[in-house]
Amino acid sequence: MELQTVWFLLITILFTGFFILEGFDYGVGILLPFLGKSDKERRMIINAIGPFWDGNEVWIITAGGAIFAAFPEWYATLFSGFYLALALMLFALIIRGVGFEFRSNEVKPLWRKTWDWLIFTGSLIPALLWGVAMANLLKGLPIDENFTFVGTFWDLLNPYSLISGLAFLSLFILHGAIFLSLKVEGDVSDRAISTAKRLWGPALVWVLVAGGIGLFGTDMVDRLGILSGIFPLVAGLGILAAGWNIGKRQFGSAFIGTVIGIAFSTITLFRGLFPRVMVSSLDPDWSLTITNASSSDYTLKVMTIVALIFVPLVLLYQSWSYWTFRKRIREDTPLEY
Amino acid sequence: MDPVILSRWQFAITTVYHFFFVPLTLGLGWFVAIMETIYVRTGNEAYKRVAKFWGKLFLINFAMGVVTGIVLEFQFGMNWSEFSRYVGDIFGAPLAIEALLAFFLESTFLGIWIFGWDRLSKGLHALTIWMVVIGSNLSALWILIANAWMQHPVGYVINEFSGRAELVDFAALIFNPKAWLFFWHTISAGFATAAFFVLGISAYHLVREKGSEVFRRSFHMAAVIGIVAAIMVGVAGHFQGLYLLEVQPMAAVASEAHYDTSDPAPFSLVAIFDSTGKREIWSLQIPKMLSMLYYLKPEGEIPGINQIQAEYVAKFGPGDYVPLVALAYWTFRIMVGIGLLMIALGIFALFMIMKNWPEKWARWLKWLVWVIPLPYIANTAGWILTETGRQPWIVHGLLKTENAMSTNLSAGTVLFTLIGFTLIYAVLMMVDIYLLSKYAKAGMETAAYEPTNPVSPMD
Repeated sequence: MELQTVWFLLITILFTGFFILEGFDYGVGILLPFLGKSDKERRMIINAIGPFWDGNEVWIITAGGAIFAAFPEWYATLFSGFYLALALMLFALIIRGVGFEFRSNEVKPLWRKTWDWLIFTGSLIPALLWGVAMANLLKGLPIDENFTFVGTFWDLLNPYSLISGLAFLSLFILHGAIFLSLKVEGDVSDRAISTAKRLWGPALVWVLVAGGIGLFGTDMVDRLGILSGIFPLVAGLGILAAGWNIGKRQFGSAFIGTVIGIAFSTITLFRGLFPRVMVSSLDPDWSLTITNASSSDYTLKVMTIVALIFVPLVLLYQSWSYWTFRKRIREDTPLEY
Repeated sequence: MDPVILSRWQFAITTVYHFFFVPLTLGLGWFVAIMETIYVRTGNEAYKRVAKFWGKLFLINFAMGVVTGIVLEFQFGMNWSEFSRYVGDIFGAPLAIEALLAFFLESTFLGIWIFGWDRLSKGLHALTIWMVVIGSNLSALWILIANAWMQHPVGYVINEFSGRAELVDFAALIFNPKAWLFFWHTISAGFATAAFFVLGISAYHLVREKGSEVFRRSFHMAAVIGIVAAIMVGVAGHFQGLYLLEVQPMAAVASEAHYDTSDPAPFSLVAIFDSTGKREIWSLQIPKMLSMLYYLKPEGEIPGINQIQAEYVAKFGPGDYVPLVALAYWTFRIMVGIGLLMIALGIFALFMIMKNWPEKWARWLKWLVWVIPLPYIANTAGWILTETGRQPWIVHGLLKTENAMSTNLSAGTVLFTLIGFTLIYAVLMMVDIYLLSKYAKAGMETAAYEPTNPVSPMD
């Protein structure tokens, strides 16, 4: 396999991992003001993702770094093209990140309530924007022969990208609700369960609609054949399985269901892209591909060696972190955030 | 307005802001880790309280560092996409490695450290804060490797077909002397920043509670580390100056406002510049002193700004290769001046300890809390010197800043985000300082690690 393909795969894995892990963080952040009826409950909710959220966020920072190192043209066009969207995302990530740390450092109810809603907003915006951004990569954007994005912010908003945004958003909230049902005890868990019960249906619909438009509204079926429909279908089946297991109160299995849903939604997008990385709507020849956007072979070789050594290590200690904090947050669990 | 100028302001503001938090993270992490290690070794609960007290301040600061750091990684592509296209083959690698090696390590283990007090054995828990320290210091190394390449590009060729810089020697990139001088200087500055932070807060408490053993110990440790670190910053700075003169002579002599090649060269003590900031109107000079500073003897040629400008015109074509001399000159003097002041203050602090806290000096102690901002000013001045001294280049000798910006951005777009970042950062700075001073003032006993939990204020 060519190194460009290896790096495309690795970046796909980084995005998939990011959406699976940060997906429930976003969902939990969005659900925070609704599922936590008292301050204690809200703290329990934040503490449920407390040890993980920052490590989860590094997945996207690494994905960004990997794109920069392996496909600098992709990095340049993507980040400059999505300028305002990314600025908005950064504003959201900034207030959300400090929100977790700062919220419980002051007892005034107004202080805590303000941070709760900032955490909500800071989780909602990126959850929605990631869907919008990813769909636009596949749908195509006005990119000229110099790989420069020549459109405006409004080009990013179209039915397909907005529906994909809603699909990501609803999927992440569902994912977060199931996560909370597993990680918190008591009333919060019950409320999370009833939220998940109401949410899995809409999430399924949005993911299937987004997947359908992805298949037939872009060139995906033309290029890859109708069998490429298997990816969004598996995503849908994952969500269906999640709904089924929520009904049976098998929340561990339900969580695996949303993991599959998120993973295959992401895979749908990246499979549709490959071997392109950003599609030009102006001229197919101006699309960025793993070849014309790539770094030199030497850089890719160096980076492959680095990745081979350190990715397994990261997976190892992140798994250890999840293992260490596998227990549920209970009424009497010491709360740090 | 010029979008390049606006983008430079945005990058300057977001970078300087980010670097308010980084040095304290770098230095204070060691402090917390050492305190917790002593606790593990001795079983003395007092050290656990010390580790948790400084750890709380570390966490508030760390959060700000993390969220402002993401902005930087994104901005290379958002505002400086032509730069990213040109250097991505080289510059992207250390950035990706920084995320993979350092960011994962520090953020994952910090999460374990915060929440792991009751879940891990004492030794294992102490190990997690060491992982955070290793992670944050590794992060500094890799980002400085990236920045050093912009100052002194090595290990690359210009691809004739694509016209971009490509990596041919990874070892040269990593072992760029510039990077290691930077690293030495920055880590020392991080230690100094943390030491004066600890010194100031400990002094605050010692004024109120003379017998506080834990704050005496913190004060003592901070005084020693502060002096050593401030001296190390200076020594590293000296070698950086020598290397700068070799690889970026323009930046070096701009920081001295040395206009004409001379041997021996005079040192300018104070200078006034015209409104362009590039020409000098008046300067108070000490003969031979500049040669003395560089070569440690009263002779030796130092090239002048005018001669280097002429040399660069011959080498790179017509253009203005002189950075903003007034800015380089004064940031350099502020940085060095504060460094010397910090050494003096550290000696004063040690004197207090060795004379066993003489009563007649005690009133000076309360002023020590105001030394906390000093390293912050010096750190900021240092980066302004480094980054503006390199201008007009974004990558020295290869790419000019004016050619590095994203071509699709209008001035209005950049102005919008510039205002957005500035407003958010201004508000967060107030919140951050409020929380830091709240927990710093609260002291060891009251600043329980666990935030106070009132009886459901929202019911």
